[in-house]
Amino acid sequence: MNLASLAPLAVVLPILGAALTFLLIRHSRAQRAVSIALLSLTLLLECLLLASVWNGGTAAVNIGGWVPPWGIVLVVDQFSSLMLVVSSAVSLAVLVYATGQGMADGDQDAPVSIFHPTYLILVAGVSNAFLSGDLFNLYVGFEILLTASYVLMTLGGTGPRIRAGVTYVVVSVVSSVLFLIAIAMVYGATGTINMADLAIKLSELDQGTKTLLHVMLLVAFGIKAAVFPLSFWLPDSYPTAPAPVTAVFAGLLTKVGVYAMVRTETLLFPGDSLNTPLMVVALLTMVVGILGALAQSDIKRLLSFTLVSHIGYMVFGLAMSSVAGLAAAVFYVAHHITIQTSLFLVTGLIERRGGSSSVDRLAGLAKLSPLLALLFFVPAMNLAGIPPFSGFLGKLGLMQAGIGLGTPLAYALVIGGVLTSLLTLLAVARVWNRAFWRKAEDAEHPDPVLLAVPVPEGGATAVRLLPRTMVGSTLGLVVLGVALTLFAGPLFRVADQSAAAMLDRSAYIQAVLGDGTPVPAAALSGGGK
Amino acid sequence: MTVNLTLLTVMGALYACGIYLILERSLTRVLLGLMLLANATNLLILATGGYAGMAPFFSKDTDPASYSDPLPQALILTSIVISFAVTAFMLGIIYRTWLLARQDDIQDDIEDRRVAETPSFDAEDDAVIPVETSEFPLPMRGSDSSAAPESTATVEAGGRTLLAEHAAQEEKPGSGNSAPVTDTGVNTEKGTDTDGGAK
Repeated sequence: MNLASLAPLAVVLPILGAALTFLLIRHSRAQRAVSIALLSLTLLLECLLLASVWNGGTAAVNIGGWVPPWGIVLVVDQFSSLMLVVSSAVSLAVLVYATGQGMADGDQDAPVSIFHPTYLILVAGVSNAFLSGDLFNLYVGFEILLTASYVLMTLGGTGPRIRAGVTYVVVSVVSSVLFLIAIAMVYGATGTINMADLAIKLSELDQGTKTLLHVMLLVAFGIKAAVFPLSFWLPDSYPTAPAPVTAVFAGLLTKVGVYAMVRTETLLFPGDSLNTPLMVVALLTMVVGILGALAQSDIKRLLSFTLVSHIGYMVFGLAMSSVAGLAAAVFYVAHHITIQTSLFLVTGLIERRGGSSSVDRLAGLAKLSPLLALLFFVPAMNLAGIPPFSGFLGKLGLMQAGIGLGTPLAYALVIGGVLTSLLTLLAVARVWNRAFWRKAEDAEHPDPVLLAVPVPEGGATAVRLLPRTMVGSTLGLVVLGVALTLFAGPLFRVADQSAAAMLDRSAYIQAVLGDGTPVPAAALSGGGK
Repeated sequence: MTVNLTLLTVMGALYACGIYLILERSLTRVLLGLMLLANATNLLILATGGYAGMAPFFSKDTDPASYSDPLPQALILTSIVISFAVTAFMLGIIYRTWLLARQDDIQDDIEDRRVAETPSFDAEDDAVIPVETSEFPLPMRGSDSSAAPESTATVEAGGRTLLAEHAAQEEKPGSGNSAPVTDTGVNTEKGTDTDGGAK
């Protein structure tokens, strides 16, 4: 039996888990056990999927036995399975963190019994979006994860969360409507919504229609990925959600948008027709995002802005449409999911220990909790791209690809990328200086918790402030981030191969539509070495 | 491919009304706008299926060319279910907003307003460094805001209202102002901006 035929389980298992946890809604202990067990099983399965395509290759699974292009097809290749593994590992860590938080708080201020089923449905939606080889199924995957995210965003129904939730829901629904309109127009133009079939049929359309469909899809995905002119909803809505929810949103949801953009650019509309606008947008995303981050004093809001800013790097890699650029973008997505999520989890811990997430009220945390300082410092430096870490390697790959491309715009983006990296360093260094380095007495409005007499190690208060499960899961994610650095060699090799396969397209199309399907030549004019 | 003009016109009207409504600040209208947009999109998908034909797969001897395309209808069905879920959720949110804030409008983000109104002044970088750093501080302006509060006392002089300090300057010989100054009714009211730089 082919290992890839297990791919539907990556979607089915979390949904099954959601059903089970919904049945166990009155037994919180059993609920936790079931959701963690099923998510671990999903992660294991996805690791098997990744192992099966580790050395290249693409496998397609026809759902319900319908032969493509009529039926829905799930496609496992290096990029999708890598995304699946990273996203599931991150969501498992966040689930453990949230469980720890729920146990520590006695499940009192939020209906946490709803949390587990919703969370698993979110994971199922993300997996579906990564695996989908059908444009409408991709839309359904988006809707599954978005609907789950609406519930998670407004968990508890407090004033600020409802306010932020309204913005989030309206923006998301509008982007979904745009996506649906784009699907309808694609179907009207080609008569198919199977992505491999579309790759062939879209190339037969005239240039005007093609550009229209291309732009519509990119705008719809751009809203979800928070690319610059469409990114204003993100820093407004993410920071108010509970810490684990913000963490998983920051890690996964925007990356699903980036993933969809990558597929659109490489599979559906190859060539460089929109590369120049994408590069300009990438530059603006990087610079405007990081300037927004510098103005913030709340760590969660600051991180939301860095999230927007660093989406620019991925769009930059994508816009180069060269193997080197795309490979760096693939690596950067994997790196950024891990790092951004761990930073948000650490911020949750900072909020618990220091009583606030505003740098005006935080001080002296390095002395109070050296472990917390370490947990913040490593991913923060990683985000800023300080040499030994994976953030540096990803950025270096992007810069090399940009210089290899050699156009003036590419050079502008390389300069913008370096500048953004330095400004990111400035932003996180300010958080570090204020929240961790300075003395508590120096803060303008220090939180009373910080001035309290330090409790001895292992004392009752220390345990209550930082539960072991929460610290453990955060530590796990930080270690995963460091592991991305240690295993960057093999990862970059996989990213390189997947980028080459995505730009070549023939493996994908022939895996879905059968061997011997003629693949139209990609209209690459430069950069496609 | 022929399309139904009535459907197209209705679709256009729905889109126009929907876009108008989602630009409102009232949440109920936004919801209505989203519903109209979703339904307009359903009509668009229906239109992509081409002309209305026979029921597909009904009998074996129908000419396949006369079938209507079943796929757009399946897509619409899925899309209706999704917009139903979203509408239900939005109604819940709107009700909750009403319970919490007693209004149907989109609320401002307080933290965002605060950041927007924060001046480019940074408490650490731009802190006022005392000019006089000796251990015997002189009660002079700028040395310490608490030692010598800036005088805002005014005097009435020759029909004008002057700051007391400026009036004292004009009193000096050679200032070119020989008009007699009578200190009448010195306003001793203190300004409130003496600690302006210490925020």
